Amino acid sequence: MTEAIAVSGLRKSYGKTVALDGLDLGVAVGEVHGFLGPNGSGKTTTIRILLGLLRADGGAARLLGGDPWSEAAALHRRLAYVPGDVTLWPSLSGGEIIDLLGRLRGGIDAKRRASLLERFELDPTKKARAYSKGNRQKVALISALASDVELLLLDEPTAGLDPLMEARFRECVEEERHSGRTVLLSSHILSEVEALCDRVTIIRAGRAVESGTLTELRHLTRTSITAELAGQPAGLGQLPGVHDLDVQDRPGHGTSVRCEVDTDKLNEVLRQLTEAGVRSLVSQPPTLEELFLRHYAAGRPGEPARAADAAGAGDTAGVRS
Amino acid sequence: MTALAQDAPAPGRAGSRKPAALAGFGELGKLAGRRDRVMLPAWIYLLTVAMVGTGYSFKTGYKTAASRAAVYATTAHDAALTALAGPIFGSSVGALTAWKYGGASAALAALMSIFIVTRHTRGDEEAGRLELVGSTTVGRHTALAVGLALAAAASCLLAVLIAAGLAVVGLPVTGSVAIGLAVASCGLVFAAVAGVTAQLAGSARGARGSAIGLLVTVYVLQSVAASAAGLHWLGWLSPVYWAEQVRAFAGDRWAVLALPLACTAVIAIVAPVLESRRDVGAGLVQPRPGPAAAGRTLRSPLALAWRLQHGSFIGWAVGTLLLGVAVGSVAKGIGSMLGSGKGIREAVTRLGGQAGLSDAYLAAIMSLVGLAAAGYAISAVLRLRSDEAAGRADPLLATAMGRIGWSASQLVVAAAGAAIVLAAAGLGAGISYGSQVGGIGVQLPRLLGAALAQLPAVLVLAGVAVLLVGMLPRICVGAAWAALAVVALLVLLGPTLRLAQWVQDISPFSHVPRLPGGTVSAAPLIWLSVIAVALAAAGLAGLRRRDIG
Repeated sequence: MTEAIAVSGLRKSYGKTVALDGLDLGVAVGEVHGFLGPNGSGKTTTIRILLGLLRADGGAARLLGGDPWSEAAALHRRLAYVPGDVTLWPSLSGGEIIDLLGRLRGGIDAKRRASLLERFELDPTKKARAYSKGNRQKVALISALASDVELLLLDEPTAGLDPLMEARFRECVEEERHSGRTVLLSSHILSEVEALCDRVTIIRAGRAVESGTLTELRHLTRTSITAELAGQPAGLGQLPGVHDLDVQDRPGHGTSVRCEVDTDKLNEVLRQLTEAGVRSLVSQPPTLEELFLRHYAAGRPGEPARAADAAGAGDTAGVRS
Repeated sequence: MTALAQDAPAPGRAGSRKPAALAGFGELGKLAGRRDRVMLPAWIYLLTVAMVGTGYSFKTGYKTAASRAAVYATTAHDAALTALAGPIFGSSVGALTAWKYGGASAALAALMSIFIVTRHTRGDEEAGRLELVGSTTVGRHTALAVGLALAAAASCLLAVLIAAGLAVVGLPVTGSVAIGLAVASCGLVFAAVAGVTAQLAGSARGARGSAIGLLVTVYVLQSVAASAAGLHWLGWLSPVYWAEQVRAFAGDRWAVLALPLACTAVIAIVAPVLESRRDVGAGLVQPRPGPAAAGRTLRSPLALAWRLQHGSFIGWAVGTLLLGVAVGSVAKGIGSMLGSGKGIREAVTRLGGQAGLSDAYLAAIMSLVGLAAAGYAISAVLRLRSDEAAGRADPLLATAMGRIGWSASQLVVAAAGAAIVLAAAGLGAGISYGSQVGGIGVQLPRLLGAALAQLPAVLVLAGVAVLLVGMLPRICVGAAWAALAVVALLVLLGPTLRLAQWVQDISPFSHVPRLPGGTVSAAPLIWLSVIAVALAAAGLAGLRRRDIG
């Protein structure tokens, strides 16, 4: 078995609201897989189906080689889950909850628990009602990371953590990767995904819209070009893969050109530019942010499919002015 | 972050015309009134109806001065009865009403105030709602002021309605006003008390609990002062006693009302001072730290269910134990007291009792204890749903704990808890009644059995709650309490209204043998148990199949 999570064509509706509309998701054993998508795109629903908390309406889901619904309890011995919004029993202390959840999974590593408490600077004697959101998150994280499991399902685990704690969390996930554990990490924090994940899946409106390594995904995005030219660029507008072209003639100073170019069409565009005589050239490599924003915004009512490009343009405004 | 926001008035508030600390009072007040638009009228209505109904039943049940004088004569010298109902100051219809229900009504008005004030101060704070509201132009003391104002308004309205209601029934107007004010004054004092405990305690639950604890203490003080010679001075420490000492319909001592008003003013001034010294979401009393690691035993769903529920169930058990003791101590005198009141004698008999007024009285009380235990059992079962809705069930069910393990262990604790709550009432009644009629050895097992005979009926209601949690999770909370309300109405009013037997038989308590005093037959108890198990099994089956969340 090389797939820790294998989901295909997964469907789930709540009444008339379609949460998952044929989702595909594959997570290989031993990889850290980023799971991204705008709010309400179905990430949490997917994870809750994988946990057997929800029953899928259609499609197939396999978790660690088993059926997440009918074999839930047995599979749960082999995984740990950190919800995005951790609620705890107000009258129990953090230490008690860490132990309880760990024991119910089938055991907790006392040494690792102690070191995690220290690293995350959590006071385990506080009652849960006194914890802030970040500290509640730490309780769930420590309990999950200290459990001896094969798979970690983390649903926006760093929401509410301060930057220092977020860095500690990254160290911990790195360690998990080295010890061969599989991690499904749902997150909105792109730097976190970029730093940790081997592969990512982006979902929107209940479907996977992209899946692959970050390098693969980068090829799918656009490079923004700003150039000062000696002459007129001929036929730039007709080239495939050129978007948002803006040509301004400045008599006596040549022509300034701005455009967004599909990264795989870059060569043809550059040839056109050099033919017109390049005086200066600024090329902004595609950022992950741009990639995500494009996928997040696309298809939303009232928003043009390219709205993300405007956001991307904002990033490079300093270069262009 | 919260401390900063508290200490310095936000720049936005500086320009406001109202005092900054109370900015936004009108808006927040309207919101609070809207949120309480069902609960508050319900409280006021029930308290008014109970008082006016008591007045009416004394007026119709004790028409002659002689019959009322007899009640006065037996009660005035019966320590147990004065302890339970309070001191009696006269034999007019009004004085009897004030005796029967004045103290209890004052205590209930206090309870209403505690709920209102806690809910709009620490309750909202804990739910995080106040933080959101507090970031707008709302002053530091606005929420407290709104809670106090709402409670004060409720008390005043209660005073008006009680006075008007009793006057309509035909009692003297001045006395009616006096008892209305006496009841309301106790409500005012405890609004202020809850305003202070909301600043001290570490949580909303703690704030409410310590205010209720104080209320129980002053109620007991009142009982001791009313029944024990030489200890009357103790009573003056109790706002409930003050309400009684207004002596409505028996002299109307208006001056006594100055005590609760002064007391309210003093305490109400302390609350905002304390509030200025604490952070939002935290009390002045620092919470005790808990254990750094879980105990050896906290490793199973059952252990968790016990850990989470034992506090509330011990509270219920102590409550029913005390109720049992109180009821047992007056049961013997019930015959002589009711001797001349035909209406009440019939009422008790109609409540379902059989021969022997004491036994009938105890049997009637056991039905009430059964209803109370059903309330406990339902609230324990509904914890499943509240854990689920709050997201606390998710991390548990993501462990090797299955749904059935999770839910069944909570149900075991709920059922065992209901049995112990019932047994506590039987134990208390058996010991106190037995010690009066000379035979704890006889009465204890008899009353213990009478209390435990309610268990199958209690479990049927708990089973209905399980079925609802399993099948209709979105409406289960309201539906389960509605089921209890329907059964309670059938138990309390069915015999009086002479409802058709099949209607009364909808209530599981209708099938329980009347004990003590009635004949025991095992068949209905077995049937009820079978139905309870079947309901719970169907509920668990539903819970296993449906989505969690």
